[in-house]
Amino acid sequence: MSFPESLHAAYDVIVIGAGPAGLAAAATTAEAGLRTLLVDENSAPGGQIYRAITTSPLKNSSILGKDYEAGNDLVHTFEKSGADRLAGCTVWSLDRERVVGLSCGGEARLIKAERVIIATGAMERPFPIPGWTLPGVMTIGAGQTLLKSSGLIPSGRLALAGQGPLLWLYAAQILRAGGHIAAIFDTTPLANYISAAPHLPGFVFSPYWIKGLGLIREVKRVVKIVTGVTRLEAQGKNKLQTLVWEAGSRTGSIDLDVLMLHQGVVPHVNLAMAAGIKHEWDDIQLCFRPVLDESGNSSIKGIMIAGDGAGIGGAESAAERGRLAAIDTVANLRPDALAQIPSRDNVRNRLAQTMRGRAFLDHLYRPSKVFRIPQDASTIVCRCEEITAGEIRASIAIGATGPNQLKAYRRTGMGPCQGRLCGLTVTELMADERGKSPEEIGYYRLRSPVKPISLAELASIPQDETAIKAVVRG
Amino acid sequence: MQTADVIIVGGGIHGCSTALHLALRGLKPILIEKDYAGRHASGVNAGGVRQLMRHIAEIPLSIRSMDIWEKIQDLVEDDCGFDSHGQVLVAEDESELAPMRDRVAELNLRGFNHEELIDAKELRRLVPAVAESCPGGVVSRRDGAANPAQTTTAFRRMAERRGARIIEGVRVDTVKRDGGHWYVTAGSEVYSAPVLVNAAGAWGGKLAAMLGEPVPLEVVAPMLMITSRVPTFIKPVVILRGRKLSFKQFENGTVMIGGGYLGRAYPDTNETDLDWTQLKNNARTVWDLFPIMREATIVRAWAGIEAKMPDDIPVLGPSRKHDGLFHQFGFSLHGFQLGPGTGDTMAELIATGKTNISLEAFRPDRFETADIGDKHEH
Ligand SMILES: Cc1cc2nc3c(=O)[nH]c(=O)nc-3n(C[C@H](O)[C@H](O)[C@H](O)COP(=O)(O)OP(=O)(O)OC[C@H]3O[C@@H](n4cnc5c(N)ncnc54)[C@H](O)[C@@H]3O)c2cc1C
Repeated sequence: MSFPESLHAAYDVIVIGAGPAGLAAAATTAEAGLRTLLVDENSAPGGQIYRAITTSPLKNSSILGKDYEAGNDLVHTFEKSGADRLAGCTVWSLDRERVVGLSCGGEARLIKAERVIIATGAMERPFPIPGWTLPGVMTIGAGQTLLKSSGLIPSGRLALAGQGPLLWLYAAQILRAGGHIAAIFDTTPLANYISAAPHLPGFVFSPYWIKGLGLIREVKRVVKIVTGVTRLEAQGKNKLQTLVWEAGSRTGSIDLDVLMLHQGVVPHVNLAMAAGIKHEWDDIQLCFRPVLDESGNSSIKGIMIAGDGAGIGGAESAAERGRLAAIDTVANLRPDALAQIPSRDNVRNRLAQTMRGRAFLDHLYRPSKVFRIPQDASTIVCRCEEITAGEIRASIAIGATGPNQLKAYRRTGMGPCQGRLCGLTVTELMADERGKSPEEIGYYRLRSPVKPISLAELASIPQDETAIKAVVRG
Repeated sequence: MQTADVIIVGGGIHGCSTALHLALRGLKPILIEKDYAGRHASGVNAGGVRQLMRHIAEIPLSIRSMDIWEKIQDLVEDDCGFDSHGQVLVAEDESELAPMRDRVAELNLRGFNHEELIDAKELRRLVPAVAESCPGGVVSRRDGAANPAQTTTAFRRMAERRGARIIEGVRVDTVKRDGGHWYVTAGSEVYSAPVLVNAAGAWGGKLAAMLGEPVPLEVVAPMLMITSRVPTFIKPVVILRGRKLSFKQFENGTVMIGGGYLGRAYPDTNETDLDWTQLKNNARTVWDLFPIMREATIVRAWAGIEAKMPDDIPVLGPSRKHDGLFHQFGFSLHGFQLGPGTGDTMAELIATGKTNISLEAFRPDRFETADIGDKHEH
């Protein structure tokens, strides 16, 4: 697949990411008559939550659940909207002039938009336990991708470890697909049940309450659960063989072929940070998130963020936040079309509904420090350069003060993952070691390309740069 | 108020090197850096340690630096990632080779022998991947490359160990002179010393103007790219003359591609933007000249904030306006290699009142006359 002939040299709106936020945003701006382009690196729309919604081999919707089907509506609305879509296309750069760098089928282009809506969603929080880099240890997110797009469930003896709604959802999906789970190690700190309790009333009225409890019950009926887990270590020679665990004073070990880890998701900040958007530390969700106004406008004029990339809120709120960003865009670029799209007040109200219960989940599933900041010196933090927690602490002792200085000592974050797998760990570890807040310590300074681009693609950018001339609206 | 012998503004390689060399001479310097040492050009440059193709006026400083680079471990107790596989300037055709021949002859006449003319055969021996049609070039065999952030950090650390005070995270906002002393306000503190060194890099022009000695400094943002690993095919740093390109392969196989293409600099907020329409040209040159690179992937790119003077040589030496003020900025995209020797020279000048190295070409008031000297490309 390469760039279609019909691709315009400039757009009113470019939406990056075809998950619920991106689909809803692009559909709304296109319905208002704005020339809209939706870009996603996957070949099918849906994002992470509705991954492969149009192509999944799991035709039996009872496996992935009813919520998954909600993605179909979003996709249909989008398809009728008249927006252009570039599938299988990677966004590797974005700057404050709103020039978007795209690559597709071995070619690259620079395309400018009046507005850019980043809807690149969330990524899994790193889970740096001893042995997490052994073959056989993977993330639940990766497991779910395989399940949705290829109908694959892990073979061999499987255990899940960690916490959060996705863990229970995936466990239920595995069981429904006929899989077997040897055990689940729940790392939710017991103290969280107390800190979350005041937020329970809000949660009881949220749609997650019934659904969530139902899922957990469904799984608990057939799987052995160890709660209050305080330490995990994956062991094995060249691949995973054993998981050793502690839960307070209880200890044990279990032989495994596959261990799947998950402790929640955090905003995927790489593109937004590389564009120069201001971020701040969120001490409840324990991650950096962009500083945004109510509509999703960032610190850079014309660049907005919607969905989980704006702060974790889940799929339903993501779609509403996508619509809010779109409405603000229409209000600025084509105010006379506002009557054709949902009103801001309606969307705001629905958003408030979908956010009910979020505080409870945030407090309940706030991961424990021992699983965020490796305590064992030998635990690998930066997988690309194989740098351990001990080596980072040693660098701090001789003068490294933050993640960017650390690069000079250890090359952390300079490998192909661009810090996705170690960024938060490095920030929190350095903050902890130096007695500072993560906000003071900061994050890696990120730059484009946020995804590798081949020399051939870069060289293929057309000489004639009409692509970045200002958009002419008709 | 805190007092010292010398106050240095700027914690790049130049400020840190001057601080270290002053401390080694028994003086007590305070270095004030608004961010952290090595945050800017000195920590993010291409690491080229190059005498090759220097402006004639810079050569003595460059040689003095090279002597230090070769014993860098002794000075800062860190190898700084320095290697010396040489730097090679490639002539793509005969018309490019002719001026190189003239230049090497002129250098020899002046008694400089570090640049050596090479023929096609030697060129191919040094750089096997280069196109068959290239007729030769120039090599400087002692040249090489180092790790810039590691180097600047090492100078900073050793300066502190030898008695310099390093203050990071506060910006020098105002400077006053009274009764033979400088009073420098940074953060909530006032610092005082008889001598002030302006080593503020891209911000050096602003400080000089504040002191009544304006110079035509342009703030630029040179860009660099790093590729994924490719099979080892090149040892020396390679520079082209006609088309803008510099090229260095690291031991792990990754290749750094530069050449002086500029992004956009925002010195007030410490930000830069990459300009991919420029980097595209950079990629095309590599594509044309090094077929072995065609499969490679660009994994990282960045830009640094740097000072560029109209004549591409620094502002260096005593102020023509104030006693006790020295400038050391404006290194115009090639000041990393000069850091060690320039710091040594500055310390000598400050401590003894003189140095054997001529700084005449670098006078801050040279731009006041129409003649700004011959423009030199690098
Ligand atoms: C991408 C790139 C590639 C390069 N490649 C090479 C190369 O291969 N070889 C080579 O020799 N050179 C190279 N250079 C040039 C070289 O990096 C610079 O010439 C050199 O680092 C300049 O050092 P400096 O100490 O003068 O400036 P800087 O490193 O910029 O240090 C100046 C410092 O002063 C601080 N400062 C400014 N104002 C104030 C204030 N008011 N108060 C407190 N602190 C202040 C700044 O924060 C800054 O840290 C390259 C430069 C770039 C950007």
